[in-house]
Amino acid sequence: MSDAPQFSGQLSTRGSGMSFSLPNLGRFRGLMNAGLGIALLLAAWWVGGWVVQNSDDLYAFADFAPAPTLSRLWQMIGDGEVIAMSGPSLGRVGMGLVYAIAIGVPVGIMIGRMKRLNEVTNVPFQFLRMISPLSWMPIAVMAFDSWDGAIVFLISMAAIWPILFSTAGGVRRIDPAWLKVARNLGANPLHMLFSVILPAIAVDILSGIRLALGVAWVVLVPAEYLGVTSGLGYAINDARDTLEYDRLAATVVVIGVIGFALDALAGQLIRKFNWVRSDGH
Amino acid sequence: MSLDKTERFVQFDNFNPEREEMSVTRMKDQTPSPTPHNGAAPRVLSGAHVAVKGLSHSYRKADGHVLENIDFEIHQGEVIALLGRSGCGKSTLLHMLAGLTHPSEGEVVINGNVIEHPSPKWVMMFQAPSLYPWMSVAQNAGLGLKFTRRSHEIGKRVPEVLELVDLAAFATRNAQELSGGQQQRVALARSLAPRPEMLLLDEPFSALDAFTRRALQQDVRKIAKDLGLTLVIVSHDVGEAVRMADRVLVLQANPGRIAEDIEIPLSDEDRSGGSEAFSREHARLMSIYSRVADQDDAPVENDFTQL
Repeated sequence: MSDAPQFSGQLSTRGSGMSFSLPNLGRFRGLMNAGLGIALLLAAWWVGGWVVQNSDDLYAFADFAPAPTLSRLWQMIGDGEVIAMSGPSLGRVGMGLVYAIAIGVPVGIMIGRMKRLNEVTNVPFQFLRMISPLSWMPIAVMAFDSWDGAIVFLISMAAIWPILFSTAGGVRRIDPAWLKVARNLGANPLHMLFSVILPAIAVDILSGIRLALGVAWVVLVPAEYLGVTSGLGYAINDARDTLEYDRLAATVVVIGVIGFALDALAGQLIRKFNWVRSDGH
Repeated sequence: MSLDKTERFVQFDNFNPEREEMSVTRMKDQTPSPTPHNGAAPRVLSGAHVAVKGLSHSYRKADGHVLENIDFEIHQGEVIALLGRSGCGKSTLLHMLAGLTHPSEGEVVINGNVIEHPSPKWVMMFQAPSLYPWMSVAQNAGLGLKFTRRSHEIGKRVPEVLELVDLAAFATRNAQELSGGQQQRVALARSLAPRPEMLLLDEPFSALDAFTRRALQQDVRKIAKDLGLTLVIVSHDVGEAVRMADRVLVLQANPGRIAEDIEIPLSDEDRSGGSEAFSREHARLMSIYSRVADQDDAPVENDFTQL
């Protein structure tokens, strides 16, 4: 083997003899590539900030740049503002997800198991799914006697569909032989549900929850523009109104970081409950 | 698989509290097995007696009968093969014996009771092991006990059945980590754990290689005989039928019906293959099977003229 560096891939310009390649970093490749992506994002942000700062028209928004934003973020972490603004938002997303799971999983199992029910519900559910959750905002405001209730409703409306359809799809993919064997071994409907169906579709449910979490987190901020005086959406609105653009940008960073962390957590859960072994026979 | 393991299993089986009375009575009077064929006399009389009476079945009325006028009896501890070509209704018949499908006409009577539902007393094994991949080998094996509210027996019973199928060392392994033959052994252990009276095998060895298949055929027959289980196996393999069955029911198609009822008078030694007696029985059964299959190929109206 030569001492020349190994290459994981190569981009070459035909005929010109030019080539571009990334070094093979072995087991650190994923980590290094993630670091590279973050560095590129920060660079783009820095360039944008520099342009804004040097523009006579946009100078007022210079606090959106990385340096003032990260400085303000550090301050907000230190004085507990990040926790204060994130807590209510996480609570609302959590409640919305609980309702979406409580409705989406049982209904998904039923439409996955019952062909007739699936046929009956398919058109109405697809119709409702395509309506932006925020379209329900006026109805939610009228229907609920608290802002929190309305926001949780909007989040539930956004989160229920990925969970419901993913669950139904998982049930339809269950090996019929598993159900037949369980029946043959004396399983009652509860055994069938808890020992066969739910373990078999656990990954589908969690994948649905992961998608739902993403949608719910996206819907959260505009939903929190509704009357409430807490949460990340309110914080953004408030920062805009008080012209604290560094605080606004820091809140955006917090939203992104929490969203990323929640998604990573859901990914971990999926890996934990995924029973498919790639090294199986 | 050693005889010691089976003996220990049988001893354990006798202490089943649910059958205590039956087992003790039989141990006292030492009544020999009613099995009328050549298999070894079972030491535990736990096999089911089956009577199929006037059974006919159609999936949709317009399509005619899949099975028609099926009548036969299976004695306790007997090993029966349902032999026939694809589409003759043998798997449908097996599902009816398991209570998984209801016949359009007629009835299946097991130990004097008309069968309307599946029961862990007559367990079916399928072509695919259909193990639950999120469970360990031991969890799979103990599932029937869990479903029949006998979870307290799992700790003692599961190691017994896993030892019986030579998989005691694999108890904590995930079911997906096993080979096809080992998975089928786990499925066998899972079927045996609830102490069934009858095992119904729907071509369970057809996906296995020849060596594994033959070993499992011998092991399953031996276990069934040692425990006195009634065994019904669906097959289209004449060799498998001769190796395993005391009696072979050859099915004819369009509509499915029993064309021949043939005894296989072989000793267990001869069933391992290679002997002159085995070759003779194999040739005899093959000849009958071919004749019945030829009739299958004839137009349906000709089949009716032969009845």
